[in-house]
Amino acid sequence: MYRYDEFDRTFLADRNREFRTQVARRLAGELTEDEFKPLRLMNGLYLQLHAYMLRIAIPYGAITSRQLRQLGYIARRWDKGFGHWTTRQNIQFNWIKLVDVPDILEALAEVDMHAIQTSGNCIRNVTSDPFAGAAADEIEDPRIWAEVVRQWSTNHPEFTYLPRKFKFAVTGSLQDRAAIAFHDIGIRIVGGPNGTKGFRIFVGGGQGRSPYVAQEMKEFLPQQDLLAYLEAMLRIYNLHGRRDNLYKARIKILVNALGVDEYRRQVEVEWQRTRTEGADLPADEVERIRAHFRAPALADRPADFAALAAARSNDPEFDRWLRRNIFPHRHPDYAIAAIAFKEPGRPPGDATAEEMERVADAADRYSRGDLRVTYTQNLVLPHVARADLIDLYHELKEAGLTGGTPGLVTDVIACPGLDYCNLANARSIPIAQAITDRFADPQRAEEIGDLRLNISGCINACGHHHVGHIGILGVDKKGTEHYQITLGGEAGDDASIGTILGPSFPAEDVPSAIENIVGTYLASRTDGEAFLATYRRIGARPFKEALYAKR
Amino acid sequence: MPNVLTANRLEDGVVVYLGNSGEWVHDLIAATVAENEASLAILEKIAGKSVAGRHVVGVYAIDVDLSNGKPSPKSVREKIRAAHRQTFKDLTELEIS
Repeated sequence: MYRYDEFDRTFLADRNREFRTQVARRLAGELTEDEFKPLRLMNGLYLQLHAYMLRIAIPYGAITSRQLRQLGYIARRWDKGFGHWTTRQNIQFNWIKLVDVPDILEALAEVDMHAIQTSGNCIRNVTSDPFAGAAADEIEDPRIWAEVVRQWSTNHPEFTYLPRKFKFAVTGSLQDRAAIAFHDIGIRIVGGPNGTKGFRIFVGGGQGRSPYVAQEMKEFLPQQDLLAYLEAMLRIYNLHGRRDNLYKARIKILVNALGVDEYRRQVEVEWQRTRTEGADLPADEVERIRAHFRAPALADRPADFAALAAARSNDPEFDRWLRRNIFPHRHPDYAIAAIAFKEPGRPPGDATAEEMERVADAADRYSRGDLRVTYTQNLVLPHVARADLIDLYHELKEAGLTGGTPGLVTDVIACPGLDYCNLANARSIPIAQAITDRFADPQRAEEIGDLRLNISGCINACGHHHVGHIGILGVDKKGTEHYQITLGGEAGDDASIGTILGPSFPAEDVPSAIENIVGTYLASRTDGEAFLATYRRIGARPFKEALYAKR
Repeated sequence: MPNVLTANRLEDGVVVYLGNSGEWVHDLIAATVAENEASLAILEKIAGKSVAGRHVVGVYAIDVDLSNGKPSPKSVREKIRAAHRQTFKDLTELEIS
């Protein structure tokens, strides 16, 4: 885990002092709202439907138990007792008062946290694999390079006012758990010649109004060349990216307008310049950052397999939790444990202050105080000894945190939607809850199998509907909330964008429509075939015919 | 028309409506209704002073329905704002089967 040094802390203290002054000037009338808005957005503060919303950065989704406890404290003291994990591995507090924000930022700084790069047309918080540093299939810990990019991008004078926001994702494993194909720049750590490591770089992915799967930019970039190359990529975008049209300002539009070959050609020319400007980090600085992410020394802790087998056989819920919430760790005695904030009744990704504290306690006891936030709005304990899994399960169960199951139809990604968001056309949360209720029987949900269902309340696609195996998009149809359904999206390897199935549905018909789609899948699948595979094999037609036959 | 003026309170962002004597009220029922353009213009002038006075931010007019004898919002968005919903797990008002 990266630890702040004096430079980081001084920078943050100065920045918080500056914003405290800006808030005071706004309240005193020395700044108009038009003058103040860009300043508050640079500190993650939005004005939403009911209140100010503060989006706090959790760089590459990595958080300590101490930080999580502090978030719980903030939720209790300054919000209404809960927060919301976002689809960019951050947390949002939805009921914040402007007058409290300077104190909240100070409370965050106490635990080396802030709200910088969570808004505005800058390089946003870098996202990564939530299993980083623990995954069994990892080539190298991506947090090292995500941190390099974070430090390079924070307050970068050239890239603070880009044509539009800019999102990075980094993965270091064979399996992409960071959705790199849907970021402005996606970075995949790969092996190179003679045992070296480097990066495969992708560009121009994104969701929103114009969804694109990222295209390959460079097959292999040596590690030492990363920052100069990124600097060249950003510079060409900053030069040509459209500032005249909000909807055409993202790099995906530029790359598709120029063509990736021409964009690459221009970047390569610029790279020859940036690499002479000293943008790349000296090797000792990379090593300094790398040292922060040195793998923890995990003692051998062989599990008691007889006890585990007995517990599984006595408790079907534990058995299911073990099957679905536990993932392989690089150390055979350890596991990665996921906590899904998605059980029936819960707005997806919401966590109470008490839950944050209980999870922080569990992280201290079982995961070396280390936690991760996933873009699917869940939490992960990355280093749990298999010998502790029974105890962890019972502790989480007592906290009410074993009801959610990752990867099933109930593990819905949903944006805050029209319940909170100024941009939304329709609500996401009640739709997600209705679907979760409909599939609440865990045995049935598991029989349906892997199925990613994502909901966005508007075309900005914060709820990742484009990449849901089933995607739901809220639209405003003559003043009423309607929902358009897409099928066939995928965020990870073999990425794809879902296609619209047909006319939209009113809210009350959505759960039945999803039931109908699931029914078509169940009737069509071959043994062991997951939803996406069935869809790709049989296409949209059978789903469409079944869904719209009676309309 | 008819319209009510709404905004967010500057200090805390709470949803408010322009009331009878120029004060900003929490409850839509206590809002002043503008039934024509002329009365809306008067309300907007009062609201402009509140913006300058740093009481509220983001003033705009919403359409309301008066068929029950009191103003109720027409759009889903404004129904949600008027409800001031604020607690964990109580967000579902819409009945979805």
